[in-house]
Amino acid sequence: MPGIFVFAETSDGTPSPVALELLTKARALGPTTAIALGPGAAKAAEALARHGARKVYVHEDVAFRDILASPAVDLLARQIDKDQPELVLFGMTYDGRDVAARLSARLGTALIANATDIARRDGSWAVTTPMFGGSLLVTTVPMAKAPTLVLLRPKAVAAQPAEDASAPQVETLSDPVDSSKPVARVLRREKEKASGPKLEDAAVIVSGGRGLGAPENFKMLDELAAELGAAVGASRAVVDAGWKPYAFQIGQTGKTVKPTVYIALGISGAMQHTVGMKGAKTIIAINKDREAPIFKLADLGVVGDVHKIVPQLIQEVRSRKGK
Amino acid sequence: MNVLVCVKQIPDPNAPGKLDPQTKRLVREGVDLVLDPGDEHGVEAGLQLVEKDGGEVTVISMGPPKALEAIRRALAMGAHRGILITDPGLENSDAISTARAIAAAIKGQSYEIIICGTESTDGSSGAVPAQLAELLGLPLLSFAKKLEVGDGKAVIDRQTDEGYDVVEAPLPTLVTVTGGINEARYPALRGIMQAKNKEVKQVGLKEIGLEGQAGKAALTQEVIEAAPAEPRKAGEVIDDKGEGAKRVAEFLKELKVI
Ligand SMILES: Cc1cc2nc3c(=O)[nH]c(=O)nc-3n(C[C@H](O)[C@H](O)[C@H](O)COP(=O)(O)OP(=O)(O)OC[C@H]3O[C@@H](n4cnc5c(N)ncnc54)[C@H](O)[C@@H]3O)c2cc1C
Ligand SMILES: Nc1ncnc2c1ncn2[C@@H]1O[C@H](COP(=O)(O)O)[C@@H](O)[C@H]1O
Repeated sequence: MPGIFVFAETSDGTPSPVALELLTKARALGPTTAIALGPGAAKAAEALARHGARKVYVHEDVAFRDILASPAVDLLARQIDKDQPELVLFGMTYDGRDVAARLSARLGTALIANATDIARRDGSWAVTTPMFGGSLLVTTVPMAKAPTLVLLRPKAVAAQPAEDASAPQVETLSDPVDSSKPVARVLRREKEKASGPKLEDAAVIVSGGRGLGAPENFKMLDELAAELGAAVGASRAVVDAGWKPYAFQIGQTGKTVKPTVYIALGISGAMQHTVGMKGAKTIIAINKDREAPIFKLADLGVVGDVHKIVPQLIQEVRSRKGK
Repeated sequence: MNVLVCVKQIPDPNAPGKLDPQTKRLVREGVDLVLDPGDEHGVEAGLQLVEKDGGEVTVISMGPPKALEAIRRALAMGAHRGILITDPGLENSDAISTARAIAAAIKGQSYEIIICGTESTDGSSGAVPAQLAELLGLPLLSFAKKLEVGDGKAVIDRQTDEGYDVVEAPLPTLVTVTGGINEARYPALRGIMQAKNKEVKQVGLKEIGLEGQAGKAALTQEVIEAAPAEPRKAGEVIDDKGEGAKRVAEFLKELKVI
């Protein structure tokens, strides 16, 4: 039976959050097979099955971890030829994008990027993508032969375990990885240190914009974040100015976040920023300009000076926590 | 070293974008068109490579005849020559058609490094570079925030969620650059004057051997609907008269954050 493939990124045996989101979406569309590659992939199979993969292809060669895209593209092309899936889902991640785009050129199939939803329609697929900072939703349909390749934005779907999950049917692949072609090889991985929760996972985010005035003023955000168990984010203006590294950037060309609470401090609320955070359950904004667009989405807006309010807020939070 | 930089002309990103209600395509008439700011970083990266090791930077663009202006801008920055792929038959091209046209137009030419932006600023997919790498059989060094070339190989710092990976590929290779890789130079008056005399080769579908195989004829996807997204509702906005912080703290308590 033609089914759906999910390119399930894992690291050291743990599925990436987006892999579980993809499976949650995929299993509602048809019988789903996950493809997990690299060392530890087999260990991830159970979690993948719990989220709806009926079958998991596993290949543990280190090449899938250390060589960008090409080995995964070779393997996917082979399995697609064999199983003839109708749809292949990828997360819109650094690796997901490279693999999906190379594969689309290899197969001559449709690649629809930036998707936030996908549904069956008239024997084909209708894929939703946001445009203009999410103010417009467009629907795209594939016109090329199957499979359709779709890159789904992280956090577009909430990951949920499947109710009818069964033990995974794991098939371990061992076909040799082609080593004849020139490749891009990872020599080393550098982690920039960050304290507190990751932006993508944080329930609370304290985010700063150009209104903070200077990089050293992010110290008060760090302090507030520590009190709230929050992660710190930033607008692009702040990243472009070099106040914070790119990994902090939220928005169209940065990360998409969906915390329970998003606190925007000195951020104007340009649509390229809000597209990355308007999925937050509750938004609080402090900005000295009453006309700032961020107030159009905030559940609570305070018109005022961040330099005055944030230090007071830290005190208020501390006293309420009984310190 | 011969470097090729792929550049795209886009509607000014600072102006609000519009979609044609009929064709569901980006409106390109009546708006200012500019060299994609992301691709300026690509041109800059190319120029820095040849300034260090010698060689030439060729810029290539696929687009309407007006896209020549984007190429001129890159030439004014210091690129040496340009190629414009333009043909009515290319209208409506999606990413793969674009990648095929670029691959066909550079057939028989040799470049040690091909540079692209990670994605075009007018909301495109970021698919062209990887597709082009695949069509040319080249390794892809993607999301570079640093690029060094020497000893027949290229090494990049590749952006990751946690920091960066150091990634190496032998030449020739394709590289995509992020905005963080450099400060793009502003064309000087002298550069603008010189750009007028630099060679820009124009080719159509016939010259690159893709007649009847591009644009509408090769579409892999189509936009069929566009609808405004449901806006989020605004809540309460208060002026801070000394009580603002207290109100926020109370709200955080209601939300059970504290
Ligand atoms: C293609 C494209 C992609 C983009 N991608 C992103 C993206 O991913 N993420 C992103 O964030 N942006 C992105 N941008 C940029 C975006 O358009 C805005 O320029 C950016 O978000 C502005 O950041 P900001 O709100 O920090 O700065 P500004 O717009 O300068 O706003 C600063 C705000 O701080 C307020 N302020 C000043 N002083 C104080 C004070 N003392 N107290 C309180 N408030 C104060 C001001 O009233 C103002 O509202 C993109 C732009 C383009 C064209
Ligand atoms: N029409 C085009 N002509 C030349 N290069 C392009 C074109 N479209 C995309 N590119 C290149 O591919 C990169 C990514 O664009 P995209 O895949 O459209 O998001 C751009 O930054 C350019 O370097």
